[in-house]
Amino acid sequence: MTMQEPQTSAGNLSSLPDAGSLFNINIKFRYRLDRIFQVATIVAISIAILVLVVLLVDVLIDGLPRLNWSFFTNFPSRRPADAGILSSLVGTVWVMGIVALVSFPLGVGAGIFLEEFSEDNWITQAIEININNLAGVPSIIYGLLGLQVFVRIMEPITGGRSILSGALTLALLILPIIIVSTREALRSVPDSLRLAGFALGATRWEVVLNHVMPLAFPGILTGTILALSRAIGETAPLIMIGALTFISFLPEGPQSPFTVLPIQVFNWVSRPQAEFHVNSAAAIIVLMAVLLLMNSTAIFLRNKFQQRL
Amino acid sequence: MTASTPSESDLWRPNRAVSKRTEFVVKIVFGAFAMVSVATTVGIVLTLIFETVAFFQVVPLWRFLTETRWTPLFSSAQFGIMVLISATVMVSFIAIVVALPLGLLSAIFLSEYASPKMRSVLKPVLELLAGVPSVVFGYFALLFVSPLLRTATPAWLQSIIPSWDQFIPGLQGFNALSAGIVLGISITPLVASLSEDALFAVPRSLRDGAYALGSTKRETIIAVVLPAALSGIVSALILAISRAIGETMIVTLAAGQNPRLGLNPLVPVMAMTAFIVQVSLGDTPAGSIAYQTIFAVGMTLFIITLALNIFSFWFVRRFREKYE
Repeated sequence: MTMQEPQTSAGNLSSLPDAGSLFNINIKFRYRLDRIFQVATIVAISIAILVLVVLLVDVLIDGLPRLNWSFFTNFPSRRPADAGILSSLVGTVWVMGIVALVSFPLGVGAGIFLEEFSEDNWITQAIEININNLAGVPSIIYGLLGLQVFVRIMEPITGGRSILSGALTLALLILPIIIVSTREALRSVPDSLRLAGFALGATRWEVVLNHVMPLAFPGILTGTILALSRAIGETAPLIMIGALTFISFLPEGPQSPFTVLPIQVFNWVSRPQAEFHVNSAAAIIVLMAVLLLMNSTAIFLRNKFQQRL
Repeated sequence: MTASTPSESDLWRPNRAVSKRTEFVVKIVFGAFAMVSVATTVGIVLTLIFETVAFFQVVPLWRFLTETRWTPLFSSAQFGIMVLISATVMVSFIAIVVALPLGLLSAIFLSEYASPKMRSVLKPVLELLAGVPSVVFGYFALLFVSPLLRTATPAWLQSIIPSWDQFIPGLQGFNALSAGIVLGISITPLVASLSEDALFAVPRSLRDGAYALGSTKRETIIAVVLPAALSGIVSALILAISRAIGETMIVTLAAGQNPRLGLNPLVPVMAMTAFIVQVSLGDTPAGSIAYQTIFAVGMTLFIITLALNIFSFWFVRRFREKYE
């Protein structure tokens, strides 16, 4: 665009009064194009943010009037005005508790192994490629895995369509995220620290436990919180597992049937009556508030951590 | 010396054997944890293959691929997977048409135009958009975007074109268009953030070179920065496509549950994931053909996304530009 064939410019040169105007050809037009392009990028990012705002405002307008104390303490009901989110809220707490208990040690342990202990051999590389691939597997496929392995094959242990089955499925789903963020956090700790530990005669594990982990921990925690907030919003795999949509009792243990907030939202949205849609908007507000809290905690931790290093 | 003060000697010579044994145990345990991810993959593949093989013993592969109707739950069952694939492809295509310009231009703004302060505000906002659960987007698509697109056009527009009574005439309550648009919005942050990483990695010297040749900023971006970041942008795009194909809640809620072959975005259709959800909502006994069918559909989904991932991996390796 800016350059011309030498022959053409030479040919043009004779007809042009001076070289200065050659370089100024179309410069006004090009700057105008520049401005249009810049405006286009601003418009694009504004649209993305505007949609987020519209979405939040729409949900707030629809759901806020419905939020009251009994909405939190009532079980689902056939009458929309009486329906509440107690069982799904408690179910979410149960599921997330087990997901955190399972995925945090597994993910951090695997991350430490891959980053600190393993040599760069074909096994490590295979695991690495595998983790990258897992990140691209649709979440509903994890639902199929959970349905077959946890609900069917391991039914005596998990109790079939239970909290435990759902939580284990979600734990596998977010494991790659935790592993990757653990490795990134470990990688950000300078090697000089490790060498100092080795120089004092510590084993690699002692160095990792006492020297590296304290520094990497906030980063690992940030990644874990973000992974858990992803798990809280997941709906499809839990529908596969068979999280029930109508539960009028509280779970008694990990082998109980259960429901979670996103499933409750899904159930209410897919009903034809508009009153249930209002309920789902109110439940979305609760869900988004929890997510916002988790995300802001993660961002806060990340900022604090970055200042310290 | 060691004989007279044994306790002091212990202090200076900690029990190395215990330390080493601990380290060995830790290494084995954490190594086993790392293998969980491999076991997950193996589990996914075995699960899918096991039930899919059972499925194809009942339904021959050619019927699966060539039939033009999808009625696996009827007594006269037909298993034309193309019906579900056409819907998935259509919704994903609409999503990419929305997400590619929005995401790429947003990335260009963040990386090339925004001040550091603006960037530090806008990036977390985009991350927030990425963190919205898909069921919330489903709510938005079904109860906000669809009604919006179906509203009657204002009177003055109708007076110009008398037949134009609706913004998008013929758009039904459940439709692929709203689902696709909202799906596109939901993957925009993914495209934006990955593309931005790729743009950010392009070294300053390349831009300076282009400026030195007299390029304007836009010319530099389009002719130099974008091509240099191409491999990263393409891999972001492929990841977004694969995310769109596997997305479930938006297409289940907003696109409907109506298996129909064809590419009309105005009517209800059924995506692959929507079918899996529909069957899961009922109580399907293991071993029934309905149970096996969801695994066959899951296998199809898995193969498509895996193929996309492998292509992206190959593309990045083949076309990555390395800079100092």
